[in-house]
Amino acid sequence: MKVVVIGAGVVGSLVARELVRHDFDVTIVERMPDPGMGVTRANSAIVHAGYDDPPGTLRAELCAMGNSLFQNVCEELGVEFKRTGSLVVAFNDEEKKRLDRLVKQGEKNGVPNLKLVERNELLTMEPHLNPGAVAALFAPTAGITEPWMLAISAVENAIKNGAKFLPETEVIGFETKGGRVRKVITNSNSIEADIVINAAGLFADEIAELAGVEHPPIHPRKGEYILLDKAVGRIVQRVIFPTPSEKSKGVLVLPTVDGGTLLGPNAVDLPREHKNDLRTTVEGINEVREKALLLVPDLPIHKTIRTFAGLRPETPQKDFYITAEMKPWGFINLGGMRSPGLTASPAIARYVVEYLIEEKFGIKLQKNEKFDPVNNRINHPTAGSVEKWDRLIDEDPSWGRIVCACNEVTEAEIREAIKKGARTLDGVKFRTRAMFGRCQGGFCTFRIMKILSEQLGVPIEEVKKSVDGSWVLDGHVRSDNT
Amino acid sequence: MRRVSTNVLVIGGGAAGMAAAVGAAERGVKVILVERDDRTGGVLNQCIHNGFGLHFFREELTGPEYAERFQKMLTEHNIDTILRGHVWKPLFDENKVWVITASGIWEISYDALVVTTGARERPFGALMIPGDRPSGVFTAGLAQRFVNIENRLPGKRALILGSGDIGLIMARRLTLEGMEVVAVVERLPYPGGLERNVQQCLVDFDIPLLLSHTVVRVEGYPRLQKVWIAKVDEKFRPIPGTETPYEVDTLILSVGLIPEVELFEGSLDIHPKSRGIKVANTGRTNRNNVFAAGNNVVIYDLVDYVSREGFMAGKHAAMFVENPDITKELKRVPIKTGENVAVLSPYWFEPVEDLRLYLRVSKPMEDVILRVKPSIYEKRYERVAPNEMISLTIKADRVSEETDRIEVEVVTNV
Repeated sequence: MKVVVIGAGVVGSLVARELVRHDFDVTIVERMPDPGMGVTRANSAIVHAGYDDPPGTLRAELCAMGNSLFQNVCEELGVEFKRTGSLVVAFNDEEKKRLDRLVKQGEKNGVPNLKLVERNELLTMEPHLNPGAVAALFAPTAGITEPWMLAISAVENAIKNGAKFLPETEVIGFETKGGRVRKVITNSNSIEADIVINAAGLFADEIAELAGVEHPPIHPRKGEYILLDKAVGRIVQRVIFPTPSEKSKGVLVLPTVDGGTLLGPNAVDLPREHKNDLRTTVEGINEVREKALLLVPDLPIHKTIRTFAGLRPETPQKDFYITAEMKPWGFINLGGMRSPGLTASPAIARYVVEYLIEEKFGIKLQKNEKFDPVNNRINHPTAGSVEKWDRLIDEDPSWGRIVCACNEVTEAEIREAIKKGARTLDGVKFRTRAMFGRCQGGFCTFRIMKILSEQLGVPIEEVKKSVDGSWVLDGHVRSDNT
Repeated sequence: MRRVSTNVLVIGGGAAGMAAAVGAAERGVKVILVERDDRTGGVLNQCIHNGFGLHFFREELTGPEYAERFQKMLTEHNIDTILRGHVWKPLFDENKVWVITASGIWEISYDALVVTTGARERPFGALMIPGDRPSGVFTAGLAQRFVNIENRLPGKRALILGSGDIGLIMARRLTLEGMEVVAVVERLPYPGGLERNVQQCLVDFDIPLLLSHTVVRVEGYPRLQKVWIAKVDEKFRPIPGTETPYEVDTLILSVGLIPEVELFEGSLDIHPKSRGIKVANTGRTNRNNVFAAGNNVVIYDLVDYVSREGFMAGKHAAMFVENPDITKELKRVPIKTGENVAVLSPYWFEPVEDLRLYLRVSKPMEDVILRVKPSIYEKRYERVAPNEMISLTIKADRVSEETDRIEVEVVTNV
């Protein structure tokens, strides 16, 4: 049975990987050059505990389940996940009352070990927290991860188990016959399909429309972020939330898996046509700064290494939009994947295969006996012992050539990333963290361009930052003939 | 793992490190120099313009020529140089470092260490400029590497933010190579780089210098298309209504250098504001056998100063090797910034060496007296400005033995 997954964000990637556990012929179509470069790339990177959404919603159910699956999926896929725990901080009695409600909601959702902590204990747990805090909801099962890596690694693992991945490919239509989807038409080919999975993130409504399927309209909600250098150290140990409002969970302060500190996001609703609008704004960054400082007053904002924006796909309904269509038969919508979409993604993957495909569509699942769940992360020797690193260099000297000095990324890691599918500077960056550090590529960009050029066999002028048109160099200083 | 030991280990083979290695080797001790790039010389290798060496060699050289002089000295003194070596986790308490190289990991033990790691450019991300995140935004050093080392152009039309020396030099360089440089934008009311560079790189090429302006937004995806600039008030806040767009595909940043000191954080005293390593006039840090020199101490105008300080640090590292007891009765006099002094180096005075002071004033001033107190030195200047570093040498014996605090101030001559 042929399945086409549209969109290689964290949801589409994990669904594709879940499909290849069984006897499906899977093709993943992605408009960007790499998995995880849309909504997945720029968000808070949090694995939520699951107390935020009302019981009975898909968000609540799949978030709690996703949280319990997360550790295992990250171990199999070599993705970092740290169960740091989270704190929702109240600054007055009114907010404290809301924490009580969150505890009850969380318990109904099946979130384990929720606990209210009083001021003294709270300030011992997080000494940099604003001392005006009166109490907090502590959720020990919350954590932090690297969402883009989860998508990249899930796609790599799906490929290893037989899936095809078509990057830089856009869906432009469908061919339906006899009430069923037959083909997915893209800008470069047409792919036979029995089942189509619409995991197109911000564009899921437009993809559904192409298939003549109903989908609530998606509008982007922008969130801006400030990233502080890892030299700041662990100023907070856990994910720190303010008490949430109706609209969003508020501006957070949290550690990132590689030791940085992330502040954000704000929440600005944009019109539907702004689905590529990743511009940061003065107002947005100021809002993030001010609100983050309310939580943690001594944040060293001057150690900022990057500001960026991400978009969440919002729908008018306050839940994920997950449907298995009967008309045309075989079309599955996975829409409205805003928070807690990342947390829920491993659960959504199972839900799609074991519930929508098996039960709703009545397709008997046949196990892929050769399925290998493991994807080895690119070895990062600086994380290990000096003896181990030394032995690696004995085998291959490129393990001893540091390319990115800030994050200590070796030439071997860059080459490995290219072997695993990186075609662009961003492809290398998100797989290896080269150019991700405090100098933001000032020293190593050219070296990485040279390695890409050499290993891909293209002239260096053709090495791009990411998508077509993101050229870096404009040709020679003088002609080659001299 | 390969284990070696040396008297003096120098980390960083740029201008400061090469001079430090030579300064130590001249005293006859064994020296190892570790450099992370393919060759020594650091940023000098890509500075193909001239203007280097007027102080140190009394002649005008290009960057590569200047580096070559020192490379020759390294060879003459048989200094072991490890290229493409990355220092990993220095272990100060054990006096050793691990160096990652393609031939394996080296554990190098030393008697004295000289840290000459230079500086990095402040990246775009740190500026928090609103707008898109397109390709086509480069630091001036990266653009310089593209053009001068790799023979590639970064675009067709560029705007340069920041009038530091490298930004000015790149304005000329890109123009000569056929790019159009539409303007150099500086948020301060005066240029950040040397006056001679403003003249030779901008004025001579009719490139406008827009003072008290900054970039307020970048636009374009996937490649840069437009940069918006605006006038700023005295607190660098953009003035509404003054925004002007420039259609460019390239934005070059020359917005300051940051000392590269992260490897030493927690072990060496670092100035919280300038981020430079605190040193004495001998280059000695808070650790008796660890020295530092160059742009990781203070950002200099001239490579000549960097070489001189590197040389000193190397010499005193060797002197420590010869006689570790000299630190037993080491006297250190703190040097404090007084009125109108924004940047000052060194941080301590050790009477075993003359006092070479480097300072920048906090604002442009006319007819001023530079005073080193208490009654150590005084000099009148007609004009001083933050973009021109003031350097002066005071004989060690001018500081009396009772002095327990030195202060440097620049005040209006009355």
